[in-house]
Amino acid sequence: MSKYTLDRGIPGAFEGETITRRRFMTGTAHGAGAVATMAFALPALGFAIGPVFKSTPHRWEVVGNIYEFPDNNYVPVVLTVQPNIGEVGKTTVYMRKFNPEIDTDPYDKNTPYIAISSRCAHVGCPVRWVDASERFICPCHGGVYDLLGRRVGGPPVRPLDRFYTRVTGENVEVGPRFSVNSQLRHFSPRLPGEPIDGIGQYLYPSTPGAKI
Amino acid sequence: MPKLPAPPLPAPLKTPPPRPGRGNGKTGPLEEAQQAGITVVDWVDERTSLSGAARWMMFRKVPKGTNWFYTLGSATMFAFLSQAVTGVFLAMYYRPDPAGGAYESIRYVTNEVFLGQFVRGMHKWGSSVMVVLVFLHMGRTFFFGAYKYPRELNWVIGVVLLILTMAMSFTGYLLPFDQRAYWASSVGVNINGTGPLLGPYLSDFLYGGAEFNATTLSRFYAIHMLLLPGLIAALIGAHLYLVAKLGTTAPPWQKAGRPRELRETEV
Repeated sequence: MSKYTLDRGIPGAFEGETITRRRFMTGTAHGAGAVATMAFALPALGFAIGPVFKSTPHRWEVVGNIYEFPDNNYVPVVLTVQPNIGEVGKTTVYMRKFNPEIDTDPYDKNTPYIAISSRCAHVGCPVRWVDASERFICPCHGGVYDLLGRRVGGPPVRPLDRFYTRVTGENVEVGPRFSVNSQLRHFSPRLPGEPIDGIGQYLYPSTPGAKI
Repeated sequence: MPKLPAPPLPAPLKTPPPRPGRGNGKTGPLEEAQQAGITVVDWVDERTSLSGAARWMMFRKVPKGTNWFYTLGSATMFAFLSQAVTGVFLAMYYRPDPAGGAYESIRYVTNEVFLGQFVRGMHKWGSSVMVVLVFLHMGRTFFFGAYKYPRELNWVIGVVLLILTMAMSFTGYLLPFDQRAYWASSVGVNINGTGPLLGPYLSDFLYGGAEFNATTLSRFYAIHMLLLPGLIAALIGAHLYLVAKLGTTAPPWQKAGRPRELRETEV
């Protein structure tokens, strides 16, 4: 097909024309309309989708001193994960000192304190540490976790999340959250209900906003 | 194409013929009030042709056998309108502030505003009423076969409306911001995250981040108050237009009548 309208037999064509005046005008009007629409639609879309990609800044919060936490039992502390929104920005973390007899997995060797999240790995209800049975029990659907936060009963799909910890002087500080698989290997934080073992870590990727 | 005549007016709505004995130009106040009303309507109609559209919508033919099940669709729309109106009144008092303002504004509406508890109750129970009616209407359409040609597009629009209604229920549930609202919405967003590959991104989109943060409540409020009602209203308009244009079907047990020529004349 020739690029000249005269060769294509379009009526009104003249020598050397490659696009008719009608098509040019129509195309220009459509293009200008598209530019105008994008001028307000793209910022609005960015406004709606943008927070998905914004990463939360890491915060380290002092939760107590080094004499407060035992190494065979858990003590609950309240952590502020989202400032300025009141009660809903807080979460409960169960703190215990690192115990080489209990914490035998190779991934936690350098962790001074173990901080277990109270957010159940099923759909997110708050779990409770029951000292008598040495279990974390979730009231919503009966999820049960052992002393290390690994699932021993109920619908959860992975162990309880943990938080990074460090010691500064005499204070114990708790940092960002991370998720673990059933071998307690560390992963970027995932939402409740997302398994991480095997193919799960690829099927349920950690979103840009959550990555540490 | 020959222009089809306008649908006929039913008898009670035709202008009545002048009564005998009052024809000599004497008019009482009642007749003058009626004339004034007719003049206003005529003024609008001459400039918009709306009466033709109104007659097309309201006086369309329905098949023999139309029964009370056919009111479920209108009932659903009425429930939606009730939700919209009570929602507007609630929006005049509600504050989407997660640091306590949301709960406090709802407490104020419930306990201290005149009829606040009533309007809030209508909105809360109205949402359950609407969901029940939507499912009954969907069931009626399915069992009567009213989704078949040429009404398939109407069925698809109805399914989209069902999904939007569910989304309205989900986003509205968080707004009172009490314990049930917060935990149920967290659970709901986490369930969204369990979908493979795209689930985590959908959850992040709903939260407005990786977890519940300062913008989440405002996000749910904007979706519940602006985005979804607009989409629902537009699709209800399309849904009703298709119903009027294509007509309704007879119930499946209705047999076709015999042709007029074959019916025996009654003596």
